[in-house]
Amino acid sequence: MEKMLNVEHLSTSYGKIHAVRDISFYVNEGEIVTLIGANGAGKSTTLKTISGLIKPKAGKIFFKGENIAGLPGHEVTAKHIIQVPEGRRIFDRMTVMENLEMGAYLRKDSEGIKSDINWVFELFPRLSERASQKGGTLSGGEQQMLAMARGLMGKPELLMLDEPSMGLAPVVVETIFTVIQKLQREGITILLVEQNASLALSIANRGYVMETGKISLTGTGRELLANEEVQKAYLGH
Amino acid sequence: MSAKEKLTSMITSEGADSLSVPKARPMLEGLKTMSLLKKIGLGLLILAIFLAPIFFQGFGHIFLIRIFAVIGLYILLALGLNIVVGYAGMLDFGRIAFYAVGAYTAMWVGVPIARALGEVLGGWSYFAALPLGGLAACLVALILGLPVMRLRGDYLTIVTLGFAEIVRICLANNIFGLTNGAKGLPRLGDSLGEPPGLQWLKYNTFFRLGNNFEFQFTSNIYWYFVIFILVILSIIIIRNLDNSRLGRSWAAVREDEVAAQAMGINTAKAKMYAFVIGAFFGGIAGVTFSYFQAYVSPGSFTFLESALVLAIVVIGGMGSIPGVLVGALAIQGIPEFIRGFASAGWFGNLPAEAISAISNYRYLVFGALMVFMMAVRPQGLIPSSRRSRELHATGSDAVRESTTLEDERNKVGETYHTQL
Repeated sequence: MEKMLNVEHLSTSYGKIHAVRDISFYVNEGEIVTLIGANGAGKSTTLKTISGLIKPKAGKIFFKGENIAGLPGHEVTAKHIIQVPEGRRIFDRMTVMENLEMGAYLRKDSEGIKSDINWVFELFPRLSERASQKGGTLSGGEQQMLAMARGLMGKPELLMLDEPSMGLAPVVVETIFTVIQKLQREGITILLVEQNASLALSIANRGYVMETGKISLTGTGRELLANEEVQKAYLGH
Repeated sequence: MSAKEKLTSMITSEGADSLSVPKARPMLEGLKTMSLLKKIGLGLLILAIFLAPIFFQGFGHIFLIRIFAVIGLYILLALGLNIVVGYAGMLDFGRIAFYAVGAYTAMWVGVPIARALGEVLGGWSYFAALPLGGLAACLVALILGLPVMRLRGDYLTIVTLGFAEIVRICLANNIFGLTNGAKGLPRLGDSLGEPPGLQWLKYNTFFRLGNNFEFQFTSNIYWYFVIFILVILSIIIIRNLDNSRLGRSWAAVREDEVAAQAMGINTAKAKMYAFVIGAFFGGIAGVTFSYFQAYVSPGSFTFLESALVLAIVVIGGMGSIPGVLVGALAIQGIPEFIRGFASAGWFGNLPAEAISAISNYRYLVFGALMVFMMAVRPQGLIPSSRRSRELHATGSDAVRESTTLEDERNKVGETYHTQL
């Protein structure tokens, strides 16, 4: 297996506060890898740094062998590294359809866009019922689905999900995690940031535990689920 | 119709052209699907506005021609500002700076060309000055934009405001000896030259109908037509822009800059395009203004003018072209009409002080009008469909939005970077 994403000695800081300190991790092609950890551990910052929303202070981010550290967000997106941002950030005043079209902003293959709209509607049938509804009128769960569907419209090779379960009802979370697994089977590599550690680890091939800006533990999803420290700190056992 | 059928129809038939094209504003869509009757009505209205000065001139209400010409110039300015404020969502308080750049460029370029071409042909210099003035405004916007496009919200507004004042003060202080200070341009003995063909038109279009109607072509009418054509062309161009890929990126940036970037939109570039293209329309309005007045001075480019242009966009309805037209008519037109009619003796024989009081108090009325509009109809007189949605979002919705935005600002803070 080839390392699709390889993060080496990455540090990011907000002014004087070091949010991420010298972390290294990788994601193989076809894997689901999860970053778990408490609030403020630096998970989202790591994701934002990869997606170009924040500039790294030091370190390298290799995507398929090319260093993308410090590229602006739109150029990262153009490399088919697509982030589904925390808090969903859908375009509230655009319809579901327009949101999806925005997701395909960089694409010019109208045939491919059409078939991908069919595809995301199959993944999230609820969205097809709401196609002409404004994004802002959707429920939280539907907005998360739309945010993911919009991300998928950009033809991701690496899909980065930032807290997709946040604030959602358990039944919706289940739907979303089922889709994440489906996407893996369709060949999309996934980097998942989650606070819901047990859920994330149960579908992940591998996981990294972050604590105050550093990676403290790593292993396969199953190993981490069975790990005593992880159980104590994050799984509530 | 079941959801599935709806979906298929959306994706196959009508969906084909709506796909990957932004949702057209209702009026744009309206133009295609508009009934024949409405089309004829709109055509007649445009024709009537086009021919109006002939009647004004014929019946001797010359001041109306000038008022409408000035309204046209403000429409051009507001159309440019509408790109920045209405489409890209940046609050620009210094629009008049680009108007000034266009106007002075027209003098610097137009006067020597007019002199070189001589008395008969000198008027053609306008057509050389027009694109040059527009491009000069673009260049200034680009230079200003490079640092300023990194700023957000209020900071951007303050810088544009300050910039416009800097431009005005430079002009008033005869910077580099180019502007002739407060006395304005052209300098004594220089002129821009009469519009091409005006002499011929003056002597060959004279006619009389009955006892009350006597028509002769004048330079006011000439500039009215020029401004009318500029406005029509600008509307066509700006509509197309709004419906283009660039227009879509503006809509995304306006709604959520972070999400727009995640879609692969170069947000800094999108905003810069809006700023520079908007400046172009300010520039050409400025060129036309200086030819129309045949004189420019710094007094025409005060902060008040910037505020008026912004008021046109806001009161008309941000992001809405018909809104700009109605807004210009209301903001620039109504006070001028009142003053014009008062001077023309339509309200009886008012003393001169009363007339000047009317024109001075209009700004007080504006202030009240703005407050009233924001309270009662924040989306403007003729809102764009999307904007009215934004402003009529439910209260909780608006709160949710502002918190997430604030959160993001705090989180991303100064490390947030944009790159051109």
